Amino acid sequence: MKFLRKTLDGVKPNFEKGGKWEKMYFAFEAIETFLFAPNTTTAAKGVQVRDAVDLKRLMMTVIIAMVPCLLFGMWNIGHQHFLAIGQTGTLGEKFWIGIVQTLPIIVVSYGVGLGIEFVFATIRRHPVNEGFLVTGMLIPLVMPPDVPLWQVAVATAFAVVIGKEAFGGTGMNVVNIALTARAFLYFAYPTDISGEVWTYLGEGATAVAGYSGATPLAVAAAAAKGTQVVNEFNSFGSTWAPGIYSFQSLFLGTQPGSIGETSTLMCLIGALILIVTGTGSWKIIVGVFGGAYGMGLLLNILAGNNAFMAMPAYYHLVIGGLAFGAVFMATDPVTAAQTETGKWFYGILIGMFTVLIRVFNPAYPEGIMLAILLMNVFAPLIDYFVVSANKNRRLKRATV
Amino acid sequence: MSTAVAEVVEKKSEPLFSKKNRKLVSNPLDIDNPITVQVLGICSALAVTTQMKPALVMAIALTVVTASSNVIISIMRNTIPSRIRIIVQLAVVSLWVILVDQLLKAYVYDVWKQLSVFVGLIITNCIVMGRLEAFAMGNKPFPSLLDGLGNGFGYGIILLIVAFFRELFGGGAIFGFKVFEAIGFHYKGNGLMLLPAGACIIVGVIIWVQRTLNGYRETH
Repeated sequence: MKFLRKTLDGVKPNFEKGGKWEKMYFAFEAIETFLFAPNTTTAAKGVQVRDAVDLKRLMMTVIIAMVPCLLFGMWNIGHQHFLAIGQTGTLGEKFWIGIVQTLPIIVVSYGVGLGIEFVFATIRRHPVNEGFLVTGMLIPLVMPPDVPLWQVAVATAFAVVIGKEAFGGTGMNVVNIALTARAFLYFAYPTDISGEVWTYLGEGATAVAGYSGATPLAVAAAAAKGTQVVNEFNSFGSTWAPGIYSFQSLFLGTQPGSIGETSTLMCLIGALILIVTGTGSWKIIVGVFGGAYGMGLLLNILAGNNAFMAMPAYYHLVIGGLAFGAVFMATDPVTAAQTETGKWFYGILIGMFTVLIRVFNPAYPEGIMLAILLMNVFAPLIDYFVVSANKNRRLKRATV
Repeated sequence: MSTAVAEVVEKKSEPLFSKKNRKLVSNPLDIDNPITVQVLGICSALAVTTQMKPALVMAIALTVVTASSNVIISIMRNTIPSRIRIIVQLAVVSLWVILVDQLLKAYVYDVWKQLSVFVGLIITNCIVMGRLEAFAMGNKPFPSLLDGLGNGFGYGIILLIVAFFRELFGGGAIFGFKVFEAIGFHYKGNGLMLLPAGACIIVGVIIWVQRTLNGYRETH
């Protein structure tokens, strides 16, 4: 540590005013504050309430909350791989496949994103923000396991430049950056991020007889009129992976999907960490789940013989990426509604739109991404209405 | 004092390409661009720019219509009753639009089909009406011609830039020539660029670059 400090102190004069690399000061500062606590702290006098919580710690809390999803996702990639090729693998083998698939995506996402952050910070002369720490981890978690790395790089660059820097940098973005990256891929290279891409088969491997890579959402959407979606789920994969889409399996997350999204349980553990540390808003999380469930129930009543509409509402909460989106995407403090009442509307509407898109729009099998992006755009409007309602209420009470 | 009066009487006619007149053509290319600054004619900029060829044809068609209608309205400007001026303008514009439409149909039928309704819709293009109202109604024919040409060029240049990036990234080609395949590189088309949303993003980026270069500051 001392050696590191000495090296930093040694080169520091070069970056300060009048130094050789004056222009690169903020890039240097970012590295320095990442390695060491900044020495410019609040003065001992003058401030009563102090807490060391800054953007960096907030971001690290979110990343810690994502670790269960990430670890489970890694294991699950291997698990699905061995199921699909009809072999059995040990825990270690499964993990290894997952790490080999996931790690490059994470490295690319962080490398490209932080690179752009540094360039913009240097051009614009502002400190490098920690904003990308969480985004850089969220992007890999919403990618299919075998997504081409160059696509990850392009999507990350697009999301950071167009989604964030164009609007003024960290904290100024209108829509969620990680979802911008995913939406970019979804519309730019649809064949690589939809259909049966959710299981990593491996080079030259042949799938087991009867194998199908259809996700629960695809199965539900394809269910014929008058059939029971639950029966379709339970009989899916009976020849090669019995019970892969049973409710228990869907809840635990042993199903194909994006790297981090499959396990509702792991998302709930993440949600617990976020809520206990006060990082994420429980109102939004509960709102999304409640909205989706409520919409599911409403569709059940109106179903008739449409199989997807008649699917039990609680299935909506465990299939697809609803849980992951609710916990990690919708709660993004920058793009969500800011008022406490607004958070309820925001969350509930996300849940409702998700189910609506899933059931009624055949072009988009999963609705959570588009629902969150849509509500991101509406969040300021929700806040506006909440604030003006509050104003009117207080004006009525005013006697003067 | 007598000299001052004489000067007013003997006011020299403006040279044909005075600085003021040159500005009429050059301003719309950059600081007064119809698309990126005045934000007019956005709809057709999103619709016809998936490839460069239709974009070029559209740009030429709009330039012709704007310039010619500008001239005619400018000649008529003192005789048009102001209460019915919009309908008079529309009649003149539609004359030129129909002419251009028929010409395109006759000579470049495939492009005409690709442009479909958007040639006909030049009549409602905000740039045409905007220039008639804002310029031709109050200026002489020659400056009006320059203004029409300038705005047509300003529109065209943005259209071509957008179409360049959309065709290059969306289909890996320029004017239908597959550039990436020509240098032996397999290019996977970017579907987003083929959607109107892609054009919207590119227009946004152009505005970003333009404002940075011009040192634009928002005033409240």
